[in-house]
Amino acid sequence: MIYIEIFLSFFQIGLFSFGGGYAALPLIKTQVLEVHNWLTVEEFADLLTISQMTPGPIAINASTFVGTKIAGLPGAVIATIGCVTPSCIIVLILSYYYFKYKNLSSIQGILKGLRPAVVSLIASAGLSILMLAIFKTKGTTLLNMKLSDINLVGIIIVAISVFILRKFKLDPIKVMIGTGIAGVFIYGIL
Amino acid sequence: MEKNIKFYWKLFLSTFTISAFTIGGGYVIVPLMRKKFVEELKWIDEEEMLNLVAISQSAPGPIAVNTSIMTGYRLAGIFGAFITTVGTVLPPLIIITVIAKFYEVFKENWIISSLLLGMRAGVAAVIIDVIIKMVRDIIKSKNNVSIAIMVVALIAAVIFNINSALIIILSGAFGGFYYYFKKAGENQ
Repeated sequence: MIYIEIFLSFFQIGLFSFGGGYAALPLIKTQVLEVHNWLTVEEFADLLTISQMTPGPIAINASTFVGTKIAGLPGAVIATIGCVTPSCIIVLILSYYYFKYKNLSSIQGILKGLRPAVVSLIASAGLSILMLAIFKTKGTTLLNMKLSDINLVGIIIVAISVFILRKFKLDPIKVMIGTGIAGVFIYGIL
Repeated sequence: MEKNIKFYWKLFLSTFTISAFTIGGGYVIVPLMRKKFVEELKWIDEEEMLNLVAISQSAPGPIAVNTSIMTGYRLAGIFGAFITTVGTVLPPLIIITVIAKFYEVFKENWIISSLLLGMRAGVAAVIIDVIIKMVRDIIKSKNNVSIAIMVVALIAAVIFNINSALIIILSGAFGGFYYYFKKAGENQ
C-alpha cells in the first residue's frame, strides 16, 4: 500500500538525518528518485527550490511536497508523520534522561562543553543566511565572495533591522514582515 | 505557571507563528524560539535553552522539530511535546500543500519572490541580533575553555563544513572529559 511505503520512506529519512535539514536532502533524493520513482529529476529540483524558499524545517517541507505529489493531502500528512516519528521517540527518550540526570556533575560538564558549540553552529547557519541576503550570487561563501557582487539594498535592510532589533527590542516576526514588505517595494516596484 | 487551556494555546500559537515565519530551516527557528521562550515569555532560562538545542542537535531529524519536542516536554511533559510538534509541523504542511498545487504561478510571481528576498534580510538580522547576545554572554563568562570551544567549533563549521552533529558530539565529549578531570584534580 502506497501510504505504508510513504511512511516507511520518510521514517528512514527522519531516522538517519543527523545535523538538520541539509543532511536530510541526500537521503530524500535516494528515497524519492532511486528507491522509488516518485519524482522526476525536474520535480526534485523544484522541491529543493520550494523547501528552501518557504518557511519551516526543510525536511518537513520536502516530506509534504513529495507526499502531496504522490498521494494528495493524506500523502502529505503521512510523509510528515513518518518524518517526525523517529524524532519524537528519540528526543522524548533523551528529554526524559536529560531532565532526570541534568544535575549530575558529569552531565553538567558535557553540557558546559556543548553550549559554546551550539552558539557557533547557530552563528554558522546565520552566516549562510546573511550571505544569501547580501550577495547576489547564490552559494557565495566567505572563501569565494566578490565585492562587486554585493547587494547594497540587502546590506542596508539587514543593517537597519539589526539596529531596530537591538535598540527598540521589536518583535522579530514584525521585523521580518516589515523587511518582506520593504522587499516588495524595493525589489519589485523600483 | 498554570497549565490551563490558555497556556496550551499560547504554547501552540508560539511554535506555530515561529515556524510560519522562519525561512531557511532548522537553525533559524532556534534563535526565534530562544527569543520567544527565554526573553519574552521567560518560561525557560538561557542556559537551559542552549542545552535543549544541543540535545536536539545530537538526535536525528529536523532540528526545529527536535527543539520543539524538547521545549514542549520541558514545559508540559508529553502532551506539551505533542502540542509544540503539531505547532511546528502545521505551517509547512499547509503552505507546501498549497504551493505544490500552484507551483508554476508561485515560481513566476514577482511579489512573492521580492517578498521572500526582503524577508531573508529580516531573518539574517534576527539571527545576528541573537548571535551578538549569545557570543557576548560566553565572552563575559571569562571561561577560556568555553571561548576556545566556540572558536574551534565556528572554524570547523564555517571553514571545514564539518557535520554539525559531529561537532556537537565532539564538544560534548571534550567538555565531559575536561570538567571531569579538572574536578578530579581539584579534589586531590
